[in-house]
Amino acid sequence: MKEEKIKISRIVEEIPPSGIRAFFDLVLGMEDVISLGVGEPDFITPWNIREAGIYSLEQGQTSYTSNKGMMKLRLAISRHIKNNYNVSFDPDSEILVTTGVSEGIDLSMRALVEKGDVVLIPTPSYVAYGPLARLAGANARVIKTKFSDGFKLKPQMIDEACDARTKAIVLNYPTNPTGVSYTKKELEGLIKVIKKRNLIVISDEVYSELSFDFKHTPLVTLPLMRERTVYLNGFSKGFAMTGWRVGYACGPKEVIAAMTKIHQYSMLCAPITGQLAAVEALENSKDAVSEMNREYRRRREYVFSGLNELGLKCSRPQGAFYIFPSIEISGLTCDKFAKALLEKERVAVVPGLAFGEGLEKFVRISYASELADLKEALSRISNFLKKIKNR
Amino acid sequence: MDEILEILEKDARASAQEIAKMTGKSAKSVSEAIKKYEKQGVILKYKTIINKESLKVNHKIVRALIEVSVTPQKNLGFDFLAERIYKFPEVKSCYLVSGTFDLLLVIEGRDIQTVASFVAEKLAPMEHVRATVTHFLLKKYKEDGDILKGKSENRRIAISY
Repeated sequence: MKEEKIKISRIVEEIPPSGIRAFFDLVLGMEDVISLGVGEPDFITPWNIREAGIYSLEQGQTSYTSNKGMMKLRLAISRHIKNNYNVSFDPDSEILVTTGVSEGIDLSMRALVEKGDVVLIPTPSYVAYGPLARLAGANARVIKTKFSDGFKLKPQMIDEACDARTKAIVLNYPTNPTGVSYTKKELEGLIKVIKKRNLIVISDEVYSELSFDFKHTPLVTLPLMRERTVYLNGFSKGFAMTGWRVGYACGPKEVIAAMTKIHQYSMLCAPITGQLAAVEALENSKDAVSEMNREYRRRREYVFSGLNELGLKCSRPQGAFYIFPSIEISGLTCDKFAKALLEKERVAVVPGLAFGEGLEKFVRISYASELADLKEALSRISNFLKKIKNR
Repeated sequence: MDEILEILEKDARASAQEIAKMTGKSAKSVSEAIKKYEKQGVILKYKTIINKESLKVNHKIVRALIEVSVTPQKNLGFDFLAERIYKFPEVKSCYLVSGTFDLLLVIEGRDIQTVASFVAEKLAPMEHVRATVTHFLLKKYKEDGDILKGKSENRRIAISY
């Protein structure tokens, strides 16, 4: 009997599969690998936060919550933003608790754009923005930032990429995969064009706690940006809570209402254990967060100078826990470099092409690993480069 | 605290060069700072933390916490007596504490008898020592911030965005 193939929706079929899936599978099947390909902290969630989660389970708090998230958490988020950045969001109508920032990105795309709209995505970028824009029916238009600019987005680049159909832009800073971030002054330059072109901004600031050289400036703190920005943040990176799946979106109440409408049908609510743990995270984790921040900063310096000594040129990351070196010196493209480095020296990095077109001369290195591992990895990379040279 | 000290407190084997890389300072200025700290007595020594619980030897060391009540002496306070006590090599730590007793000692010995006889023969009969209470340690879970248990394995998936 001939089996009939189930037809997958056209829009999903059109999203290209990840080009480096095979590489991932190769890594997963290998032993003794030092992986610098990890997009999450090596720290375990601080104990007080874990303990709050456990306590909530002991108390039998296992139900759904309000669609928008527990009021207690929305209040804590509102206070946190007010205290740190002096912007107010009404916990009742301007804050939505999401299942990680990932859901926040999806919801903002689906709430804001539709067929025919264009969403600008500066690259190198995190992998989800393009596909989620397309799933929402819009076109994703890439803005290629340059290595020579330190992969920083310039106001003019936004201006040049805009046309009549351009509705929104995604900003992500500190940036995955480059570690680039923007000072208040740099942001002021960007928002001039953003306002001129009347763009909405989906601002993914999940690495905000990991800004090393200057205080993070949320886009919503800049004049007249609160009205046109969806501010996305969460607990995964700064609080080392990736698996808890809790994030939040703050924005104009019409936008939050629209996002909540989708969220109530597709997600219902973020997991309650994570929400209660997140309250503890906001209220009592300042020391733990700044301790992790200091540790990342040291690793950044260490890896940055280590890579440059090896001739893998890179700009100095200002935040997050990634660095994006050029591998030009090896003479290999990123896929071959990553595969050979894995097979010969058992170090895993992510090929640059995963983060946008034209990035075959780069790889992403995550320094969310213990210093001892980073040290060993750098020495293995050094061996690897020597072997290539002598060939 | 200076970042150099913070790094060394976690890993005494971090070299000046590595610390320089982590802090963005020059290796020379880091080793100079370390030398200065050593000279000033800010850095006392570099030790290794050994998890003795996991050593496969029959002869384990016995530790006890001892509460000591003393009569402070005119003009000398507690310091004079504390010094007489902490000079014994069996005394690994010695603290002046608030509460129902005065000095808290950590004593180490080969076995229970050694510790007991130290208390009975040296400590208790000492002039101005009014009373002692000995607590033998049964199991160590955490010491100076380090949990004495094998490292838990890394559960992160090897590649994620």
